[in-house]
Amino acid sequence: MRQTFLSVGLTLLLLCSAGITSAFEIEDRARFGPEGDGPVLRIISTADTGFFEPMIVSYLAENPGLAVDYVVASSTELMQAIANQEAPFDIAISSAMDLQTKLANDGRALQHTSPATRTLPDWAAWNNMLFAFTEEPAAIVASRAAFADRRFPQTRHELIEVMRNEPERFRGRVGTYDVRESGLGYLFATQDTRASETFWRLAEVLGALDAKLYCCSSDMIEAVKSGELLIAYNVLGSYVANRKDIAEFEIILPTDFTTVMLRTALIPANAPSPDLSRDFVDHMLTRSYGPDSKPLVDPRLGLPGTDTALNRIEIGPGLMVFLDQLKRQAFLNEWENAILQDE
Amino acid sequence: MNRTKESVPPSKGSIRRRLLLSLLLGASVLTVGVYFMILSVARQVAQESQDNVLSASAISILDSARYAGGEIIVDLPYSALSMLDSVSDERVFYAIRMEDEFLSGYRDLPEARPDADGRITFRSRPFLGEDVRIATLRRPLSTDVGRQFLQVSVAQTLTGQQQIVTRVSRTSFAVGVGVFALLVLLAGVIARSTIRPLDRLTASVSRRGPEDLRSVTAPVPSEMVPLVASLNRLMGRLKTSLERSEDFIAEAAHRVRTPLAIVRTKAEIIGRKSQDPHTRAAIDEMIHAIDESSRTAGQLLDHAMVTFRLDNLSMERIDLAQLTMNAVERAHPLSEIKGVSITTHSSAPAWIHGDPILLQNALQNLLDNAMKYAPTGTHVKLDIVVAEDTAILCITDDGPGFPQPEFEILTERFSRGPNAKDIVGSGLGLTIVREVMEAHRGEMETKNSSGGGACVRLSFPLA
Ligand SMILES: Nc1ncnc2c1ncn2[C@@H]1O[C@H](COP(=O)(O)OP(=O)(O)OP(=O)(O)O)[C@@H](O)[C@H]1O
Ligand SMILES: [Mg+2]
Repeated sequence: MRQTFLSVGLTLLLLCSAGITSAFEIEDRARFGPEGDGPVLRIISTADTGFFEPMIVSYLAENPGLAVDYVVASSTELMQAIANQEAPFDIAISSAMDLQTKLANDGRALQHTSPATRTLPDWAAWNNMLFAFTEEPAAIVASRAAFADRRFPQTRHELIEVMRNEPERFRGRVGTYDVRESGLGYLFATQDTRASETFWRLAEVLGALDAKLYCCSSDMIEAVKSGELLIAYNVLGSYVANRKDIAEFEIILPTDFTTVMLRTALIPANAPSPDLSRDFVDHMLTRSYGPDSKPLVDPRLGLPGTDTALNRIEIGPGLMVFLDQLKRQAFLNEWENAILQDE
Repeated sequence: MNRTKESVPPSKGSIRRRLLLSLLLGASVLTVGVYFMILSVARQVAQESQDNVLSASAISILDSARYAGGEIIVDLPYSALSMLDSVSDERVFYAIRMEDEFLSGYRDLPEARPDADGRITFRSRPFLGEDVRIATLRRPLSTDVGRQFLQVSVAQTLTGQQQIVTRVSRTSFAVGVGVFALLVLLAGVIARSTIRPLDRLTASVSRRGPEDLRSVTAPVPSEMVPLVASLNRLMGRLKTSLERSEDFIAEAAHRVRTPLAIVRTKAEIIGRKSQDPHTRAAIDEMIHAIDESSRTAGQLLDHAMVTFRLDNLSMERIDLAQLTMNAVERAHPLSEIKGVSITTHSSAPAWIHGDPILLQNALQNLLDNAMKYAPTGTHVKLDIVVAEDTAILCITDDGPGFPQPEFEILTERFSRGPNAKDIVGSGLGLTIVREVMEAHRGEMETKNSSGGGACVRLSFPLA
């Protein structure tokens, strides 16, 4: 598996010298497959390289001679890159469903129909432009070591109770997304407010406890591992589930409701080799659905006995409501009032 | 021989085909018309339902707006956009403006012309590479600077609308094909039933005997009345002119007969007085010729009578056996003189419909022939048989029979066989018989019996 994996984690500096003129910020870049002038599939994605690697490797196994250029960027950067057509990519993969929807809605995506797309469940595709290939729940992640003999909260109510009961223990040691910075965090938060009023109460409590704010799930997971955080709210469960040290974490899918994000792919309107894109999308879909599927994530994260109501976020223009300038500003104001109370 | 040869006019086109073609043309025009009508209605309905959703969305956005603290607050409802996508995946656009100031959404989205009365207006335009339907609605808000209009435009792609239209188009195409097939079937039936009165008239006219010149009285469709009327008039004229000539012949025959009788008497007297064998021979020849002429005149008279009666047949229910018996009775004096014996065989009465006078005349002619062409002492047999639905009368003599090959032409007018040279006759006897048989829808067959004698077989439909 690692043979095709040639270089990971090049620095931004290196990338610039590698010749990509980009006005957007790249977090990571990797190249799979043979070097040289052969055909290259350019993917821009918000998913960590390690997370997405199995999909690429399985594709390259079927298509020798092909190379994949995998660029990781934040969802906002990705959105900018595709919307402004700064650099040509063949595939854009993002967890920020709202931004993806906006890209497709604005005509930045090509339509694609194939036998693979036709057999998709209704919720997994939108307008033949967006294709969901994972279902990833927003989880509460807690440190097993820190909780030891204590009971883990199973719902948002219980989480609020636990934190209220021992404010001193949790002060400064709870974390969640900084929704101003993270597209996915914003998506999770806005969907939470749609589902229930509890979110605002939770935000008040988090704010009162000086919650730490993060840009990304992986940072939160690291913080929980290091003991910096006792518990983190709205973390991508899939990132924990794919870790080797999973035993150190307790992944909780809240039983009141669990928001499930769909990671989606689209083919940018300016894709340099759209045929390659279509083929790769079909590969992703057949690998993620159907009888012989090997999805990147199990929607229930392989957790035993979860009877959680999985609340799949629906792809569609409704997602664009919270992208509205006025709406977004109002939401961020309210959020800041709750989380950053004393500043 | 003057039976008219059937003359078939050249045919040009066919009413049925023309009818069928125009019906089919009508059917296809109708089907295509209905198809497009359904399609346009479907398009309209789809558009209306889309407009309804758009207007609901625009209203919900406007309703979420309020003016507070010197600021416009639009709390865009989630459903405002998600409802536009609920049935089919649609791209959705919106723009919110306060008077001319752009607040939020897609700045470049075209707007429908705002309605002065504050009603919602719609417009179809391309936007971002696809045709969209745009709804624009405005609402006054009282602000610090007075009444201002908040205007919302909501737009949606036409995927769902097109899906409906495609589906309806497919369905209505299928319906159209079905209806067309039905119409084709119907057209066939209509064409046939329209032509039927014509067919019926043709059949009834061609079924008629050659002398049947009666008017057509059966009801016909109004369109055919002029045709049938002129046909009737034509036949009427034909009949009158025929009658006139028959009358003329009868009159002429009658006028010739009396003087002929006088001439014959005078010739006999002269013959008896004359001693000169040459003179006597000449006188005999003269008498023969006179007899011949007289016979011809008589037969012509009879023939005219028969022709006249053919038009006004007095059909009665009569027993053929009884009729034959009467005819034999009447021929008795002559048979006695010629030493001919006549026998009649009949097992049961044979009831037929017929004109007794005509039938008598026919039988008389046949008996006359049998006695005339068979040698003295011959035996004439009349057999009456009833078989299934026909009554058959056979008249057989044991004379030499009909002269051979020209069997058929003997029933033509004035045609006589070679065996009739020295025998008085006109050649009209069998003609009369044939015409009588035709008038009775019967059949006549002349042949020679196995014994050599002449045999005439008459068959009538039973009453
Ligand atoms: N019984 C018969 N035997 C032999 N020949 C016959 C017999 N009946 C008719 N014919 C032949 O058929 C011919 C036509 O007969 P038809 O009765 O029409 O005329 P006709 O007897 O000659 O004249 P008419 O009957 O008018 O005096 C006859 O001339 C004769 O040659
Ligand atoms: Mg005769």
